Amino acid sequence: MFRFIVRRLLQMVLTFFGATFLVYALMFAVQDDPIQALVGERPITDSQRAALTERYHLNDSFFQQYWYYVKGLLTGDLGTSLTGRKIADMLADAWPVTLRLTLIAIVIAATIAIVAGVISAIRRGSIFDNATLFVTLIVLAMPIVVLAPLAQLIFGIKLGWFPPTAGKDANLYELLLPAAVLASLVVATELRVTRASVAENLRADYVRTARAKGLRRGRVIGVHVLRNSLIPVITLIGVDIGALMSGAIVTEKVFNIPGVGFNLFRGIRTEDGPLVVGFVSVLVIVFLVLNLIVDLLYAVLDPRIRYE
Amino acid sequence: MTGVTDIQAQIDPLPGLDPRAALLQVDDLHVEFRTRDGVAKAVNGAGFHLAAGETLALLGESGCGKSVTAQAIMGILDTPPAHITGGQILYRGVDLLRVSEEDRRKVRANRIAMIFQDALSALNPVYTVGFQLAELYRKHRGMSRKDAKKRAIEALDQVRIPAARERINDYPHQFSGGMRQRVMIAMALALDPEVLIADEPTTALDVTVQAQIMGLLAELQHQRNMGLILITHDMGVVADVADRISVMYAGKVVEEAPVYDIYARPAHPYTKALLESIPRLDLKGQQLNVIRGLPPALTDIPRGCAFHPRCGYAREICRMDQEPPAYQIAPHRIARCHFIREVLGV
Repeated sequence: MFRFIVRRLLQMVLTFFGATFLVYALMFAVQDDPIQALVGERPITDSQRAALTERYHLNDSFFQQYWYYVKGLLTGDLGTSLTGRKIADMLADAWPVTLRLTLIAIVIAATIAIVAGVISAIRRGSIFDNATLFVTLIVLAMPIVVLAPLAQLIFGIKLGWFPPTAGKDANLYELLLPAAVLASLVVATELRVTRASVAENLRADYVRTARAKGLRRGRVIGVHVLRNSLIPVITLIGVDIGALMSGAIVTEKVFNIPGVGFNLFRGIRTEDGPLVVGFVSVLVIVFLVLNLIVDLLYAVLDPRIRYE
Repeated sequence: MTGVTDIQAQIDPLPGLDPRAALLQVDDLHVEFRTRDGVAKAVNGAGFHLAAGETLALLGESGCGKSVTAQAIMGILDTPPAHITGGQILYRGVDLLRVSEEDRRKVRANRIAMIFQDALSALNPVYTVGFQLAELYRKHRGMSRKDAKKRAIEALDQVRIPAARERINDYPHQFSGGMRQRVMIAMALALDPEVLIADEPTTALDVTVQAQIMGLLAELQHQRNMGLILITHDMGVVADVADRISVMYAGKVVEEAPVYDIYARPAHPYTKALLESIPRLDLKGQQLNVIRGLPPALTDIPRGCAFHPRCGYAREICRMDQEPPAYQIAPHRIARCHFIREVLGV
């Protein structure tokens, strides 16, 4: 187990540098005129342009620029955004709210998916089963660019149940609506996986044994079936957490939440290379750590899996 | 049994139970599976009885309804698709098909327990064997985790698993096949049931281990004066341990007899064919007899005697609508064949 973790952590270092290099290269390739993008529509004097170019090493070659970046990274300096703010500060501002949003979203999604998935699997072909299939298909088919403004309009403005936007220091209640919208991205697949997994396990021999032991139905399902069924679901939830953190771009924009997605969107639009690379790098780390945790959880849930 | 109360004293009463009534009697049991492809009649009037301390072998090919009969007795058939459409299962005078689901649940493991064929898949892979054993004492006897664990260790000791105290924390996949089947036996016998149904308990094991497991089962049965229903297709296993044999074909008992009689003089053509298909050393070099054809599809069981398409004795009467009745051959022998005299050779 220990060796497995060490090996994975070493692999993570390589993956991290590979990923930052790729993102850096991509940002470099799409850069057209970042200074003009920075100032927007206004004209800019030649001296200002020269100063900014000098400051951000924009005239240096790609490898030189990357070298400056990595050198900064290794000394703990994530660099400066083209807006002049320290990227480390921006990360510190953006991550807490995104983290909160994602966690609420994943709790909502996992709860609905597991509860409804188990019930559908037990009552296959019932009205409940077909209704959840229908609803999840609709949610799955609806793009988030439609769903988010729609939810905001209906629940935030028309009905007024939730605040239509959430700020930087949003509380749980304010984040509930955007989190629900975000949850809709993943709830359908999680539900279907739960349902399939439970349905398969219900047919397993050990379930017959559990029933032959005279155990109550609730215990057979809640203790014997559930633990076996959750193994693939946990994997999926782990991957989904990562996907939601990076994929909250539209939701954060619509609900005006200054999180990771919000900043990434702005960074891409303004060709702010250091900003995008900084945020993506952290996302890469989050993904890698989550995957490691999922793999470790896997071994906890299924004793047949042992890492050497 | 230090400091732990007698487990039999805590068993919940079953309404209508008569301790002097016959241990187990199955009459005219019918089970069908209703599927999209039609109705499969898995059990068609199976019947047999079992006394305390006795071993009854249910013998037959795959798909003859022996496992379904066992699961009907346990009440663990999946409904749907399985439906019990007739008959009765009398346990000490109580028809198990007519008691409430809650009473039925308490019969399982407490009074009638079951061992399954493949212990690896029959045990839950993600819980320790200690947990799966202790669960019985905790849920049925309300014992604390500590007492239940103590009991679980005793149960593993009884089936002679070495170092039971340590092995209690192991998972099923960490045991060998034979040891796993011992765990299954320990689980089935944990609450000291009166009836044990063993569904092909040794099929998945090596021959040497098979003998050990059968020996252990016979010994534990003897100690507890327990009724044992042994489901198998292995005539060799049967000869060693069974008192009586019920031969099943297409969901029906076609012959029932004490074990010695059946081996000496089978009365049903199917039984005879089964016996002739066992390889024997004294007939080495000769062509082995096989039963032609396949068992009938349960969705389409032949009219009359279900065995007639594969039977060498079959005549016109066997194909008639009326199936052969149970002819009484001797006090404890019946066979459902019109030509028993011919088969017996008298």
